[in-house]
Amino acid sequence: MDTSSHDVLIVGGGGAGLRAAIAVSEADPSLSIAIVSKVYPMRSHTVAAEGGAAAFVKDNDSLDDHAYDTISGSDWLCDQDAVEIFVREAPEEMIQLEHWGCPWSREPDGRIAVRPFGGMKIERTWFAADKTGFHMLHTLYQTALKYPTITWYDEWFVTRLLVDGGRCQGAVAIELATGRIHTLLARSTILTTGGCGRIFPYTTNANIKTGDGMALAHRVGAPLKDMEFIQYHPTGLPFTGILITEAARGEGGWLLNKDGYRYLQDYNLGTPEPKPVKRSMELGPRDRLSQAFVKEMETGRTVESPYGPIVHLDIRHLGAQVIDAKIPFVRELCLKYENIDPVQDLIPVRPVIHYMMGGVHTDTDGATSVPGLYAAGEVACVSINGANRLGSNSLTELLVYGARAGRSAALHSRTQPKADSGILAQALDEERRLRQDFLDKTTGKESIAGLREEMQQAMESGAGIYREAQGLQSSAEKISELRDRFSDVRLGDRSLTFNTDLVACLELSNMLDLAGAVIHSGLERRESRGAHQRTDHPARDDERYLSHSMAYYTMDGPPRIEYLPVTITRWPPAARVYGE
Amino acid sequence: MSDSITMQVFRYRPETAAEPTWDTFEVPAGKEWMVLDALNHIKDHMDGSLSYRWACRMGVCGSCGMTVNGEPVLTCATYLTDLPAAEPVRVEPLKGFPVIRDLIGDIQDFVHKLKRVSAWIVREEAKPLAGGEYLQTPHELSQFKQYSMCINCLLCYSACPIYRLEPEFIGPAVIALAQRYNLDSRDQGSEHRMDVLSQDDGIWSCTFVGECAEVCPKHVDPAGAIQRYKLAASIDWLRSVLLPRGRR
Repeated sequence: MDTSSHDVLIVGGGGAGLRAAIAVSEADPSLSIAIVSKVYPMRSHTVAAEGGAAAFVKDNDSLDDHAYDTISGSDWLCDQDAVEIFVREAPEEMIQLEHWGCPWSREPDGRIAVRPFGGMKIERTWFAADKTGFHMLHTLYQTALKYPTITWYDEWFVTRLLVDGGRCQGAVAIELATGRIHTLLARSTILTTGGCGRIFPYTTNANIKTGDGMALAHRVGAPLKDMEFIQYHPTGLPFTGILITEAARGEGGWLLNKDGYRYLQDYNLGTPEPKPVKRSMELGPRDRLSQAFVKEMETGRTVESPYGPIVHLDIRHLGAQVIDAKIPFVRELCLKYENIDPVQDLIPVRPVIHYMMGGVHTDTDGATSVPGLYAAGEVACVSINGANRLGSNSLTELLVYGARAGRSAALHSRTQPKADSGILAQALDEERRLRQDFLDKTTGKESIAGLREEMQQAMESGAGIYREAQGLQSSAEKISELRDRFSDVRLGDRSLTFNTDLVACLELSNMLDLAGAVIHSGLERRESRGAHQRTDHPARDDERYLSHSMAYYTMDGPPRIEYLPVTITRWPPAARVYGE
Repeated sequence: MSDSITMQVFRYRPETAAEPTWDTFEVPAGKEWMVLDALNHIKDHMDGSLSYRWACRMGVCGSCGMTVNGEPVLTCATYLTDLPAAEPVRVEPLKGFPVIRDLIGDIQDFVHKLKRVSAWIVREEAKPLAGGEYLQTPHELSQFKQYSMCINCLLCYSACPIYRLEPEFIGPAVIALAQRYNLDSRDQGSEHRMDVLSQDDGIWSCTFVGECAEVCPKHVDPAGAIQRYKLAASIDWLRSVLLPRGRR
């Protein structure tokens, strides 16, 4: 078995992973860094983020305003120490990215331009037209190319973390092009693999968003925090689930029901004005907007489409000039994927799964509970997002916490001995598992796509925008059944050269574990908060649940759920008020 | 369009066959289906061993470029209904790259070339972060913005007849990305990049066929970038010949 050693191993080559790699290198240029990614880094899903990245820079704004918007948006489930660090370090991270060449949109005098986003009292979203994530990712990727201490393992898939003697010492990975199984030893390992939106059927997420890092960490004992909190973005295209950015509403777009009525006014989100009003109406938070859609559907005021009920996003009044200057990608996507031109047509939209607020539990240095293992970005939960993330905080989060995780891992690596020799036995064990259970297995009758589809249906029916005990319970049973049936899965491909069926199979196994964590965390939280709405427990219950759920992996049953109190610094829990 | 379409798909399994083959699949196709949806249908329901790359399915990650009916396209952005209904849809890997397996080509060469031209901001001295952002007017931004839109899908390499003959040619997307940094008001690396790009395998290999600009799904216009570069290089050369040393 081939073995390589590095000081820091980074699993995932998206925004958080690249930022972490640069931070390691800047902290200590003598450290050897490996970036392992199942796709070429510029394919990572950071690329699809559109609207922007929030950071305080303007005179009319303040750190406390950014913190308050984030905390109230989170329905007080975030950790306020993590939020204070986040808002404080955000401006410098954003300026750093500007210095690395990110093509931010500008004011006429050459300064950074900002736009309003949902749930914000003051506009603070930096943007690169409406391809912000794309430009951030390519800027980070191209910048990272200049660091000679980074070794790139492009199109390698990590199957197991190696933990021995209480510390993470690397991982086992398959080199996809050859099918060779390698051991990658490391003094520190950082997970930056993103979320798991693909456990649901309708999502803005790319096919690669299968939560691999969450599952890897879970299996070596790291708890998954707040997994029941999943963000529905209110404006995805029906059928494809492609994201139409919140910037469309930030620039002045309206949401209309079948009567052409701006229905959000009926849901405690303010009164309609012709121009956008911050923290009001279409600029309310994503959880509340997605919930309003369901209520409209229940009263029969949505529009029927071939792909189920929809509402309309209207940006016609902005005019072609503003649309082309500020949100050109919205027009491009509508023309390409809906065959409509939003300059003169209404855009059909529905809520679609977008983002995992939960993830691998970390402290504010990005450290998980397994020594030597770090996590940052959507895979992690530090938590700044709590029960509902504010739009444009996640891109900034991957910079701030990607850099912090990188610096912590660099420091940790300097004090660690080389990997224990016993770790290689674990690696061989993993190689044997991959061969026995998958590549050499000739039996099996369950299809990968079939199991995946059943899982996605179970998640939508039990853990959608509104949930209740019975639905969650039957989805829990379904997921448990699917996990059993997975042991009889049939691989359509047993070759070693770029076996995408093997990858899909391992991804499915990751997703099934995570689906279980989501459902069981949701069952246990008997209250409604942010994106977790229980019709059988409709009120927020701070007395019992001002706490993070922590899902621990168990060998043969559902995860064990424990709770960890939320950290409150300066903002005691209060009612979430929008539209005032 | 009928309910079913015929897909002819290029297969290459290096472990079991020396030569590529073609497989034919009858696929039920909805009217909103892209070529990628048909491939996903084959993989999920007909033949799990079919290998290809895809991720975002919204035309921005650049993974799913393939040759469809002879043309390099993003399969997630090519409607089946836009292809001739009477003929089978032929799907092959992007031309110009060594095939690893089925529809997957080896694109490592592109990454090496991106490094060669220093496709990042080069500064003699970095500005301290406390000094805030570099000022850059919307006009200055517009000078390079178009070239920054490259999604690295490599359709331009596939379309480039020079690259197919001379794999050393640095190629359209990398030249456009080099130009993206040269034209950025924050960058000071253009002289260094010119040293690389004016070598034999650099800009002068391009005979301005213009296919790269035709196939680019993001209107980056690599051909235009190459022409501008040639002009800049010629002026540079003229200066070095005509001007006394102190005024170069």
